[in-house]
Amino acid sequence: MKSLETRLRALRDSGRKALVPYFMGGLTPDWIQHVEAAVHAGADAVEIGIPFSDPMMDGVVIQEAALRALRADTTLDSICADLEALSNSVPLIAMTYFNIFHHYGLERSAGKLQASGVSGAIVPDLALEEADEWIAACDQHDVATVLLVAPSTTPDRVRRLGQATQGFAYASARMAVTGRSGGAGDAARVVQSIREVTTVPTYIGIGISSEEQAKEASGIGDGVIVGSALVQIILDGGGAGEVESFVRSYRAAIDG
Amino acid sequence: MTDPPYMSSPDQRGRFGNFGGRFVPEALMPACLELESAFVDAWADSTFVEEYHRVLRDFAGRPTPVTPLERLSDKLGIRLFAKREDLAHTGSHKINNVIGQTLLTKRMGKHRVIAETGAGQHGVATATAAARLGLECTVYMGEVDTVRQVLNVFRMELLGATVVPVTSGSKTLKDAVNEAMREWVTCVEDTHYCLGSVMGPHPFPWMVREFQSIIGHEALRQMREHGVDTPDAVVACVGGGSNAAGIFAGFANTSARLIGVEAAGGAAVVSGSPGVLHGMRSLLIQDEFGQIEEAHSISAGLDYPGIGPEHAHLAEIGRAEYYPIGDEDVLDALALLSELEGIIPALESAHAVAWIAREAGRSLPTGSSVLLNLSGRGDKDVAQVRAMLRGES
Repeated sequence: MKSLETRLRALRDSGRKALVPYFMGGLTPDWIQHVEAAVHAGADAVEIGIPFSDPMMDGVVIQEAALRALRADTTLDSICADLEALSNSVPLIAMTYFNIFHHYGLERSAGKLQASGVSGAIVPDLALEEADEWIAACDQHDVATVLLVAPSTTPDRVRRLGQATQGFAYASARMAVTGRSGGAGDAARVVQSIREVTTVPTYIGIGISSEEQAKEASGIGDGVIVGSALVQIILDGGGAGEVESFVRSYRAAIDG
Repeated sequence: MTDPPYMSSPDQRGRFGNFGGRFVPEALMPACLELESAFVDAWADSTFVEEYHRVLRDFAGRPTPVTPLERLSDKLGIRLFAKREDLAHTGSHKINNVIGQTLLTKRMGKHRVIAETGAGQHGVATATAAARLGLECTVYMGEVDTVRQVLNVFRMELLGATVVPVTSGSKTLKDAVNEAMREWVTCVEDTHYCLGSVMGPHPFPWMVREFQSIIGHEALRQMREHGVDTPDAVVACVGGGSNAAGIFAGFANTSARLIGVEAAGGAAVVSGSPGVLHGMRSLLIQDEFGQIEEAHSISAGLDYPGIGPEHAHLAEIGRAEYYPIGDEDVLDALALLSELEGIIPALESAHAVAWIAREAGRSLPTGSSVLLNLSGRGDKDVAQVRAMLRGES
């Protein structure tokens, strides 16, 4: 079992619901301080977006964040270099599109992530059927390959995804790209279908954009992923202080 | 070159050699699998195939003729023929694919189609086919292209479609594809994504080639009626590559050279490298970090930074050749065909004309027989061409 999954299973078994905020790497020069503020406020793991020019699964907020990060010359290498300054100890999970790793080299990408303290990776456009080489590369470097399960996923696919996912299973609450608000949606059904086939922790994302929705989702799954709502604050000029209070209020809602 | 047969079915994962596949979010996988199975089923069903051919005949005006281009042949010293997809309903080959896909949409029990469009040809064709079957239709079009092709926007609206300008990224075709994919995630239950070229995730590259292969099958027969058993070369323009795939399909297992002509500013085979975009592994124009670059061409229909995966495969195994043509040669070619033959080609198709004009007497030896796929008519481009010839843009 990869170290990400060991840690997230232990977290779940301790009774704590995981809160996983998402940040776009390189969005602002001080983005690492945003990550630290989130950890300080009670994040249990952090997703680090690596910007891609054509983010097919992302709505306007993450699209804009990716565009800004790219304009600031953000790359996989620059993000990994920035991560060296990070002093916290929560798990880091990279999220990007397959072409970034494909272009960098699969083995080289996985090695780079591991060397930068990243213990998981989410590649939303990499279907299970195409993922063998990437999973093999990650296996060499203790990088967990986190797979998504969607409301449209058929039972036979849930079984295969549930068996193949590492670290946690990413339960998509809605048939939508990131940033479309709407709450837990189909999450209960998706989470239940995952739990029937695996004991891996199940986190809910896509559509969680308020404390109430986070609380509702945390009652269904083992954790909650919050992306666009947080990134919007940073796009609007918010700094580490705003990030900290955002995460703190979600933490309180989930724990309350 | 590997052994024939060429242009047969992709493998089980939807691969043509090293290219193709299905790189889509899990949310879309069930729809791609459903589509594959529906297409395989329909394409083996004589009732479906007969209806497809009947609609192409009665509605779209097929078969389109092959026209000997006599004056241009004399000028160039070759025997040049044109497959007249410009004479198909809506003015381009795009109608062949959308007739197939909209019939399939009905067959799958879906009542709505979405589509991306660059120049507007595929959008107009989709809106047309949707109107004919009473399907709802929404077309995603880059904001830049809605300005370049404002009349096509109006055509789509006349046909009852909703046109959504796409303001993300470069605001052109690749972004329209992104937006259509994003939209498809939200409505996949009742909506079919009517992709316009031989690109995207499996089964689209294969299915669209199959629906376009009627061009090549007709042309092979028609060339024989013109006394040419096998042309020495078959030449087509390539953006995503659907008209080229369609005509190549009729000649892939003959001795004809297959030549794809790319816009120099979007030449994925000539200047691209392997990558993954829009659900497929193919050749893409990208920077050193794997960020997709913007294509630049005077023709919106070729403004795409990738190419269909089967073309990438045909290039890799050496069965087809791909060459770039710059914007400056395209206007001359458009004027040449207009003045000598009385046919105003689309800017896209004019790329193929330009390559033939350049290569006649060189890599197309004097006296050789050449089949041009005249994929679309130029009416949509005349305002833009007028402005360019007057130096206004």
